[in-house]
Amino acid sequence: MKLVSINKEDFYAGAEKLYNSYKLYIPVKQEDNSYAFKNSDKIDINNLTFLNTRLSPKSLVFPQTEKMFSYTTDTNSEDCNIIKPINKENLKQAILGIRPCDSASFGIVEKNFDTEEYKDPFWINSYKATTFIGLACDNPDSTCFCTTANSGPFDEKGLDILLITSGDSFIGKILTKKGEEAAKIAGWTTEAPADSVSAIEKQKKEAESKISSSISTDKIKDKDTLELYNASFWEEEAFACINCGTCAYVCPTCWCFDIQDEISDKKGIRMRNWDSCMFPLFTLHGSGHNPRDLKYQRARQRFMHKLKYYQDKYQSGIQCVGCGRCIRLCPVNIDIRRICDIMNS
Amino acid sequence: MAEYISKIQEISKKILQDGKVDIVIGFSDGSLPMASRPCFIKSPEDTGKLIFDGNCGINLANYLTGKKEKIGIIAKGCDSRNIAQLIVENKIKREQLFIIGVPCFKMIDKRKTSLLFEEEITQVTESDDKIIVKGKNKEKTFNREDMLQENCITCMHRNPVIYDELAGELIKESDQKAEYEDVKKIEAMSSEDRWNHFSEMLSACVRCYACRDACPLCYCPTCFVDESSPQWVGKSADNQIDVKTFHILRAFHCAGRCTDCGACEKACPMGIKVRKFTRKLNSDAMRHYEWEAGLTTDKRPLLDNFRVNDYQDFIK
Amino acid sequence: MQNPYLPYPVRIDEIVTETEDKNLKTFKFVFINPKDEKKFSYKAGQFAELSVAGKGEIPIGIASSPTEKGFVKFTVNKMGLVTTHLHAMKKGDIIGIRGPLGNYYPWETLKGKNIVIVGGGFAFTTLRSSIIYMLEPSNRDKFKDINVVYGARVPGMLLYKDELSAWEKRDDINMHITVDATDDPNWKYNIGFVPTIVGEKLPEGNKDTYAVVCGPPAMIKFTQPVLDKLGYSHDNIIMSLENKMKCGIGMCGRCNIGEKFVCKDGPVFTLSQLNKMPKEY
Repeated sequence: MKLVSINKEDFYAGAEKLYNSYKLYIPVKQEDNSYAFKNSDKIDINNLTFLNTRLSPKSLVFPQTEKMFSYTTDTNSEDCNIIKPINKENLKQAILGIRPCDSASFGIVEKNFDTEEYKDPFWINSYKATTFIGLACDNPDSTCFCTTANSGPFDEKGLDILLITSGDSFIGKILTKKGEEAAKIAGWTTEAPADSVSAIEKQKKEAESKISSSISTDKIKDKDTLELYNASFWEEEAFACINCGTCAYVCPTCWCFDIQDEISDKKGIRMRNWDSCMFPLFTLHGSGHNPRDLKYQRARQRFMHKLKYYQDKYQSGIQCVGCGRCIRLCPVNIDIRRICDIMNS
Repeated sequence: MAEYISKIQEISKKILQDGKVDIVIGFSDGSLPMASRPCFIKSPEDTGKLIFDGNCGINLANYLTGKKEKIGIIAKGCDSRNIAQLIVENKIKREQLFIIGVPCFKMIDKRKTSLLFEEEITQVTESDDKIIVKGKNKEKTFNREDMLQENCITCMHRNPVIYDELAGELIKESDQKAEYEDVKKIEAMSSEDRWNHFSEMLSACVRCYACRDACPLCYCPTCFVDESSPQWVGKSADNQIDVKTFHILRAFHCAGRCTDCGACEKACPMGIKVRKFTRKLNSDAMRHYEWEAGLTTDKRPLLDNFRVNDYQDFIK
Repeated sequence: MQNPYLPYPVRIDEIVTETEDKNLKTFKFVFINPKDEKKFSYKAGQFAELSVAGKGEIPIGIASSPTEKGFVKFTVNKMGLVTTHLHAMKKGDIIGIRGPLGNYYPWETLKGKNIVIVGGGFAFTTLRSSIIYMLEPSNRDKFKDINVVYGARVPGMLLYKDELSAWEKRDDINMHITVDATDDPNWKYNIGFVPTIVGEKLPEGNKDTYAVVCGPPAMIKFTQPVLDKLGYSHDNIIMSLENKMKCGIGMCGRCNIGEKFVCKDGPVFTLSQLNKMPKEY
């Protein structure tokens, strides 16, 4: 691990150089004051105090719609009806200014897409082609609970470089080979002063102390699955849920998808689209039977998956990084912290 | 406001105790400032959980469709109109309901407030004409009327149209006529400009369907966007035609039924002004038929009603 | 990296209409690239995604047995978009198959055991695969007594009729074919619901006897108490589940029952396992 000093000019020049070598994504302020990752090099230091982007950056690795295969149904073609791979070049891309919670989310999702038996080439190739240049978080929101959900405001998991704001310059923590390469391209090579380590440590402690919400999941792990599943609180807690896809779509760790064929003029593609366990269609059998027929059953699935099944399946933490997006954006104020508390009590 | 709450709690307690209803659907306190959570109360002892304030903009009629039990429900003007609409459309029976009418003091727009406050809001206190917003570092007082949901600004029906008991005095309704200035502005655009306007507006849509799912009118067991045989609408997020098809068709399905309660817009996580579509249809319903949805349970909905003196003769 | 979503192209070699309502057809597929057949090496109980260009994919149990070479067979119920299209296809048409997917009946455990097979309706497909597999001369000695209860609503709804009557004539397998009702005076097998026949005809349970049960939910629901009464332990009752699937490889997230995916950890579970899982199937 290496520490570099990056002053304002170096930072801007670096962004430009990164833009020329990678498909570079940066957080850009939108008209309504929300932030979104856009392919640009016009990064503005003054905007980097943003809490987080409205949507998580998962779409940069796992697009909401992704073409998988193509085919023709033209009977005159000798390839008629044969499903063929689309030759996709996985362009090197970099995400500059990703928050630590979001970069940590990829490690959680990786367990789903990169397994011993099967490898999802679309997700894995795209993930491998991405360099993550994170931005430590000094001003978390009251809905942030990262420190008790696999991450933290200065968490380094999944990052190649962590940038720490220091006045109007930055200290860069180069964490991986990929990070070294990116720092070299950006020209971020000035060694940071020796006292940076302790300064960062102090800043980190300060940021962590600002995280005012927390969750506990320790007891959920030891609870019997069926007991939790059959608990009487679900119907009441999930009553408000309108079963929209907001929580799943804004969540950095929700990965469920649908596969669809679309055809026009005998040329077809097979694609995958984000899907959500909140939608009745997600589990509806061809016979009309639906194992999760009721609204509360679908809401229960989402929380059980994130907080219980994931822990059990991978013998690891929960499937959540505490970014707080679902809390902030749920139209009916279903709060994962509250559900988690109830499940854990 | 405090009187409203105590009255709501009192009525709810009474109807639960008297066995008039099995549950009461209302709002409980939210976990965030400017948020409330729809809830149901089964026991008279729990009625203390019920609240009401300017953050109760979600339409509770949305929770009625298909319910079998006897229900007490808190209803603002728009909720009550949607309840009337659901009764006419046979989605719930009037006899099943005990409607606790709440003359509405108009709902606060959370997005507008956040945008103007510019830092995280940690606390909001409401009075009749002011809202005091607190953050970690500052405090600001706004005029309540500057912070209202857009649909509330033009609302003509703040009083519940049907109710069994009121939680407050009826309010004098606005005597302005609905002008639909916003609609006229869009109507005045060239068709190309209009197309671009809608394209840009919808480009942020992530197809989470929160607008549909928050809408009390959208109770179809299978929505046309979810239908697979035949598949009317493609499922990709890339194809903007499919995104537009969803929004525009959904609005048409609400023609003559929409009460402009604003739940769709409030629910949208991307802040898309989806009411622009339904407002156009409401404006047409008004212009051509002097029709506003959900004002009575005595009339059939506008579009399943044919009269021989219809001003157009295409159907004759 | 092998792409687990990419199907192998196959050609339809034969289509047999199985039932009188014409809703069930058995498709025999031949791999277009002979190498793919080797890669598609499966065990009885597994399934595959049948992949129709422009329509989508559908998970179907493999009806052929690993001992049958040169082709794979699937019996498909006409139900939704993909299956309706498949039913309209002809010999020589090309589709894709992706698999084999999921786990299989626990053949190692079943070695040296009495096997009881209980099937109903069109859920008999992987059971056919299993019977053919066990009756293969080189395999038959590996298993002790084999009993089969197979039922349908009426005689015309039974699958694989020729094979059923051939098995009926053998002495190394006890067939108990049944229908719910029939007015056919020549019907020479049982009349009665599957659970009833199970109670009447099947041997009592013991640690050396395993029941493999596959059928519609109602049949399963009423068969279980009968097996309980016969003394089958839940470790010895093996079931194959269905849930809505897309990816078939445990990634798309929809077919889970608790932490298990029906597509990857299943579709085969013992009843003891299912007892500990939410009833989301």
